[in-house]
Amino acid sequence: MMPVASLHAVNASRDRLLRPPLALALALLFACALPFTISNYQVFQATLVIIQAIALLGLNLLTGYNGQVSLGHGAFSAIGAYTAAILMDRLGVPYWLTVPAAGTVCFGAGFLFGLPALRLEGTHLALATFALGVSMPQILKYKRVEHWTGGVQGITLQKPDAPWGLPLAPDQWLYFFCLAVMLLLFACAWNFLRSHSGRAIVAIREQPIAASSVGIDVPMYKTLTFGVSAMYTGIAGALGAVAVQFVSPDSFSVFLSISLLVGIVVGGLSSISGAIYGAIFIQFVPKLAGDISKAAPGAIYGMVLIASVYLLPTGIAGGFKTLAQHLLVRVLRSSRQHRRNHA
Amino acid sequence: MEALLHQILSGLATGGIYASLALALVMIYQTTHLVNFAQGELATCSAYVAWSLIDAGVPYWMAFVLTIAISFAVGVVVERVAIRPVAHGSVLTVVIVFIGLMLLLNSLCGWIFSYTIKTVPSPFPAQPLFGNTYVTTHEVGVIGVTSVVVLVLYAFFRYTRTGLALRGVAANAESSRLVGIPVERMLGLGWGMAAAVGAVAGMMVAPLVFLDPNMMSGVLLYAFAAALLGGIDSPGGAVLGGFLVGVLENVLGAYVIGTELKLTIALLLIVGVLVIRPSGLFGKVVVARV
Repeated sequence: MMPVASLHAVNASRDRLLRPPLALALALLFACALPFTISNYQVFQATLVIIQAIALLGLNLLTGYNGQVSLGHGAFSAIGAYTAAILMDRLGVPYWLTVPAAGTVCFGAGFLFGLPALRLEGTHLALATFALGVSMPQILKYKRVEHWTGGVQGITLQKPDAPWGLPLAPDQWLYFFCLAVMLLLFACAWNFLRSHSGRAIVAIREQPIAASSVGIDVPMYKTLTFGVSAMYTGIAGALGAVAVQFVSPDSFSVFLSISLLVGIVVGGLSSISGAIYGAIFIQFVPKLAGDISKAAPGAIYGMVLIASVYLLPTGIAGGFKTLAQHLLVRVLRSSRQHRRNHA
Repeated sequence: MEALLHQILSGLATGGIYASLALALVMIYQTTHLVNFAQGELATCSAYVAWSLIDAGVPYWMAFVLTIAISFAVGVVVERVAIRPVAHGSVLTVVIVFIGLMLLLNSLCGWIFSYTIKTVPSPFPAQPLFGNTYVTTHEVGVIGVTSVVVLVLYAFFRYTRTGLALRGVAANAESSRLVGIPVERMLGLGWGMAAAVGAVAGMMVAPLVFLDPNMMSGVLLYAFAAALLGGIDSPGGAVLGGFLVGVLENVLGAYVIGTELKLTIALLLIVGVLVIRPSGLFGKVVVARV
């Protein structure tokens, strides 16, 4: 089997080679037309997919690109969601302002958690973040902060209407709002990963010692990545709170953190587009499986995780790219043959 | 004062369970430098096996021994089938497989045995020892069983050829292979033994907390905190760390931060140990050679 580390690199380089602007424009057109062709509930589900995609991209920056495994990213989603909910409900801040606020708070939280995380490598970091994910609901239910968090009951929010008299239903407006945030964040990530800093964090994943010997400040970049990653996931949490209009401690159980891991593995590690495939997977598959049996979502997640390691280590995004390359090669070859036959 | 003593003693009993699971974590860590996430779920499965055997009318201690044997076999099979193919892959790959295993085992238990909680009988008599009011007989029994497990493991590692070979593989797999130790077989043995020790922990914890598929998820975190506190590469440290964490959890839970933040204690311990003393109380300070 090809080592996963080198497959990351292949994924990253293919990302650059195969990004036809036409496909991107078509996808954008599709995304804009979508909310006018489906029911309000389906628009709501599509919004959730967008939000999940942002959270997955955040985790992918940390785990896929930087190689720090986090099993507690649901905690940052919770911090973002509660920041937004408390600002809106208790302080009357407008919903759109809560998004940057949640991003800032989560950046700080992620940066701080990234400091002890520097001491941890591999499976230890995974377990420590797992502890964070497991204890988050307990912290949110704690009596001393109940005054702010609403305890077990959580906080109920109002659904915002479309501004400026736009002829959009609230669900449609939220869809476009989340889509705009997603496009902005995806563009930022795309640029970030192609910058000096982006190359530095990938270098740290591949060869930490070599990276530090060429002058990369490894602890600084690792904590910074932790902060940025938490910021993305926290923004997703805030958008989720606005879209669902409800936050409660039990919606941020450790299963959420594990879903995020499943999402990036299925979608494709170290791939930006993979976040979208992963989001679609974790949004719909557990719900469908839950209809079969209570045990089915966990079983499917477990099997998919193990199977993707053995069968599709680059995830759906990597699979698509390999397929596209094979097709491209075949088309080129057959057209060359065709020309030769004519000559 | 009496209440404090009671908290400390029952803390020692749960600490014994943490110690067994921490020992299982340390054993796998020593041979492979991995932390087995599925250790808790493996122990839960073992507890279910024990429950089924007892339910079918097998006497307790016979079921105990049978469960340990079955768990050992399961551990060996899991290592061979799921872990060995990825053992040399990146950390992320290994963690993904561990989490996958954890989810699979958890939902398998739920699927086969349903999510309704079950009571597992304690092998120890219900009336307290010598009429004391501080500690139940089951708690004393747990401390006793843990001590026996630790002593048996110590004797195994210290005085047998196989134990020496296992320690050799842990210290330096390449050199061990050169002197003729079958490294792969030793890794399988290590996993089997860890699963067996975990099974003991599962059977001891089940009468205290009721059996359900998520029984061990909190216990695993405490065990990890215990292993880190004692030093992740030190079996003796893991046992002491287990007892310490058990007492800390009970005393802090009762007097300082309340029971609803108990899992957060594990998080604080993990982060605290890593920040203040990453090698733990008895671990070796690792110096990497570049």
